[in-house]
Amino acid sequence: MIRVQEEDIDIGAELAALTARNHRIGGIATFIGAMRDLSNGKTVAAMTLEHYPGMTEKQLHAIEREAQARWDLEASLIIHRYGRFQPGDRIVFVATAAPHRQAALDSCAFLIDWVKTKAPFWKLEETGDGARWVDAQDSDEVATARWRDTAK
Amino acid sequence: MKVLYFAWLRLRMGVAEETVPLPSEVTTVGGLLTFLQGRSDQHATALADLSVVRVAVNQDYARDADPVSDEDEVALFPPVTGG
Repeated sequence: MIRVQEEDIDIGAELAALTARNHRIGGIATFIGAMRDLSNGKTVAAMTLEHYPGMTEKQLHAIEREAQARWDLEASLIIHRYGRFQPGDRIVFVATAAPHRQAALDSCAFLIDWVKTKAPFWKLEETGDGARWVDAQDSDEVATARWRDTAK
Repeated sequence: MKVLYFAWLRLRMGVAEETVPLPSEVTTVGGLLTFLQGRSDQHATALADLSVVRVAVNQDYARDADPVSDEDEVALFPPVTGG
């Protein structure tokens, strides 16, 4: 399941709903991305996340389908927020549930790596020097590339 | 054709979207980018460095050689920075 929303993410409620009544699940892995107050050595007071409505949902669905094809998963969830954020705010939540822990852990890492390089979001940071668009990181491309040849 | 702009490309273009009459000789993403660069000084400036411009056709990532037609929704944006 995927969701794009402005409001905060209730981690407990989302996990409970994702895994309810499924007793084949033996392991659940989660990732929560949060906003930091420091970026490239500058203090960041706030940040706005812009996205491409429609394409965001389409790409998140495709990413989730890819994970479902590669691993034996019982359930998966990607929630990505947009709008204005302050340091400490949750931005993204990924959860995967599988019969065994390795599939849950690996697919969770895969999902967040792919979300970072494929979902159409852009960060605008507000620092003491004004607003600036965040540049894409080569390290994110490297993180995505390491899954390219990973078989199930 | 509907062309959408996001992030700093939207600011440099001054609009979030525009409707572009597509000449019949423009049939690929690469051709479209060249055509858009020639539309105005603002287009030329915003699209000067195509190494930092990503393209989606009908909400899927596209490369220079991919086809485009007048009914497509095309989006231009910088490399993504979500997550």
